[in-house]
Amino acid sequence: MIERSLLSAGISRRDFMKTVSTATAVMGLPIAMAEKVVAQAENQDNRPPVIWLHFQECTGCSEALLRANHPSIAEVVLDIINLEYQETLMAGSGDQAEESLHNAIEKHAGKYILVVEGSIPTADMDVCCQIGGKTALQSFKDAAEKAMVVVSLGACATTGGIVAIEPNPTKAKGLIDILVDDMKWDKDALDAKYISIPGCPPNPYNVLSVILYFATFNKLPEKGPKIPPKKNLDIKDEMAHRPTFAYGRLIHEHCERRPHFDAGRFVREFGDEGHKNGWCLYHMGCKGPETYANCSIIHFNDGAAWPIGNGCPCIGCTEGNVLFKDSLFSLAKVAQPAVTPYASVPETEGKGKESSAVQAAVVGGLIGAAIGAGAMYAGKLPKEPKDENK
Amino acid sequence: MSSQREYAIHRAPILTPAFYGVLLVVLIGMGLVAYRYAVGVGAVSNLSNGYPWGIWLSYDVATGSAIACGGYVLAVTVYVLNNFKYHTMVRSAVLASMFGYSLAGLSVMVDIGRYWNSYSFFVPSRMNPNSALFEVALCIMAYCVVLILEYLPAVFEKFADEDANKSPKLVEFGKKWEKRFSKALFVIVAIGATLPTMHQSSLGTLYVLMGYKLDPMWQTGLLPLLFLSNAYIMGFAIAAFETVLSTRLLKRPFEEEIVDLSKVIPFIVFFWLIVRVIAVTLNGGWSNAFAFTGRSIWFWLEILLVLIPSLMILFCRYAKSESGIFLTGMLLLIGGGMYRIGVYNVGFNPGDEYHMYFPSLAEFLITVGFVAIEILGYMVLVKLTPVLPNLEKHGHKH
Repeated sequence: MIERSLLSAGISRRDFMKTVSTATAVMGLPIAMAEKVVAQAENQDNRPPVIWLHFQECTGCSEALLRANHPSIAEVVLDIINLEYQETLMAGSGDQAEESLHNAIEKHAGKYILVVEGSIPTADMDVCCQIGGKTALQSFKDAAEKAMVVVSLGACATTGGIVAIEPNPTKAKGLIDILVDDMKWDKDALDAKYISIPGCPPNPYNVLSVILYFATFNKLPEKGPKIPPKKNLDIKDEMAHRPTFAYGRLIHEHCERRPHFDAGRFVREFGDEGHKNGWCLYHMGCKGPETYANCSIIHFNDGAAWPIGNGCPCIGCTEGNVLFKDSLFSLAKVAQPAVTPYASVPETEGKGKESSAVQAAVVGGLIGAAIGAGAMYAGKLPKEPKDENK
Repeated sequence: MSSQREYAIHRAPILTPAFYGVLLVVLIGMGLVAYRYAVGVGAVSNLSNGYPWGIWLSYDVATGSAIACGGYVLAVTVYVLNNFKYHTMVRSAVLASMFGYSLAGLSVMVDIGRYWNSYSFFVPSRMNPNSALFEVALCIMAYCVVLILEYLPAVFEKFADEDANKSPKLVEFGKKWEKRFSKALFVIVAIGATLPTMHQSSLGTLYVLMGYKLDPMWQTGLLPLLFLSNAYIMGFAIAAFETVLSTRLLKRPFEEEIVDLSKVIPFIVFFWLIVRVIAVTLNGGWSNAFAFTGRSIWFWLEILLVLIPSLMILFCRYAKSESGIFLTGMLLLIGGGMYRIGVYNVGFNPGDEYHMYFPSLAEFLITVGFVAIEILGYMVLVKLTPVLPNLEKHGHKH
């Protein structure tokens, strides 16, 4: 069934398999599991219903997901999941749209995935982000109560993002605050039903992988950071609710410029010699050393590029306490290993010294003398084999 | 009892003029090491970002550990190939290897710029088991321990042969541990016969990874095989060279076994040459070899300096004499060492933006200092512990 729809959309089965295999690899599952994932992806009857709500944001997360250059990933996603409501993509509008949202929540109560893009305003101002006469807070609560899983997509939905920076006139909040403070979700509920995919925007493959994982195994992937192992994180710490496969390690750990960091070769000014040679951007304010994400491994635009690779320091877009909180050019706090490069370490530089003629002559002379002495010594030793007559 | 033993202490004064001479070289080298730690690696060496591996690695680690393969090849010959004829030579070769390998490790500590990070090697979460360099480091460290264990029986023997009336506890301790070790020694020897096979080939792998920075005369996927067979050549060569030198300098009778042992060298050399020719051909290195640049001269010297002594051993009566053994051993060591330095330094070109590397005087003297430690340690320990063959048992006449 899916093959027919794929063919009509111009996707070959080969492309489809490739996409799903990639997603399997991104999830860190054994490649043999790809078959299971494919089987799930092809089985339309099991498609999990998805309701996708937009609040205070720029729709960049949706855009990133739809613009993924892999052959028509958007269509694939639409066939794997049963997208009931998505304001950017759907044709309907006005009452018609509201009705479909209401119907979807009722029809799939307790069985749908709620994806939320954008922060939720909590200020007592009816003007901000009202949809269909309901405040954003109310819309979210209605949808979240009956959801099987709540996914916060992007920096705004997870921690407030750009909308929540000072002075924050709308008192915008990330989902975790609403879920814990307003809806009183406890640790068990959060563990089972909430997952955050931060980033501005998050890598489309991370989003796709989480959805595929859930569709395949009917549960959320492992959550929480891996290195350093952070245990007993506060339930309000959004870091505890991220998928480990994507956000378990620091960008710094697998950064292609990491050897320059270790060797003390830093860019000091945009366009300088080091910048042209692709040295470490730490001193330009790169937040890679304190940002947990897999950007340095899977990159964006189907692996074609990513900020640090293009010579732009990481801005720490997955970290609520870094993005828009620290200055873009302030030094990052190096999370692991817990030391910043020693200030006393001199910059490695230069072409190296040329050996002076005198030095070369002395070294060469000593080696020559040693070989000569050996040859002389051989001359003095007995030259007749002893056991010749035996 | 001591007359029954296979090995004996060489009875001679320790503090000879030669001892003081070598000690002076050691002190100069160690003084420069202290200076290097005070002012940094850039101030004493000619190393740069482009040429980070100088003679401290090409000689001390790559060549030094190959020269220290005497213990390895003898262990393989005696225990694996079951030639117990050469058993009397094992212990002195093991002692020399122990110093060679330990000092190779030490010179790495001098070479690495940020030595304060080196403890990370022992932190499991920071290990990278996919790295060839990691394999080399781990393997060399493990082999150092194995060599010390292989040498320890000499110390226990010394204790066991002490005067029982004077120090009964020491004698008892020596006898007890000697017995324990003799039971476990075959395991240690087996490990000792495996580890160098691994890291000697990995020393070649390190430069496979350098890709196009290495001249086509040297670059090949067969580097690991070439390095391993080269280690065998150098191991047998050092056994010959060292035997002549130590028996002469310690005024002992010539050990005849070495003449037979060196007969195997030409065959390993021919194997190495065949692989080398195939490698250069596959990699298209011959046009460079006939370009008559400095590098191509080095390339031909490498080959001639192992080929000529091999032919001498095969066809020349002179090569069976003491002088011939010494000379062929020396030529093979120079040729084999040149091959390793050829891969590590001479054939290596990181690009035009760096000055050609040639070791500074301080670098050279530090290396010489490490070699002197080796010689000094050997000279002292053969006079303190039973390492050299027991002349009484073997029926040598003075």
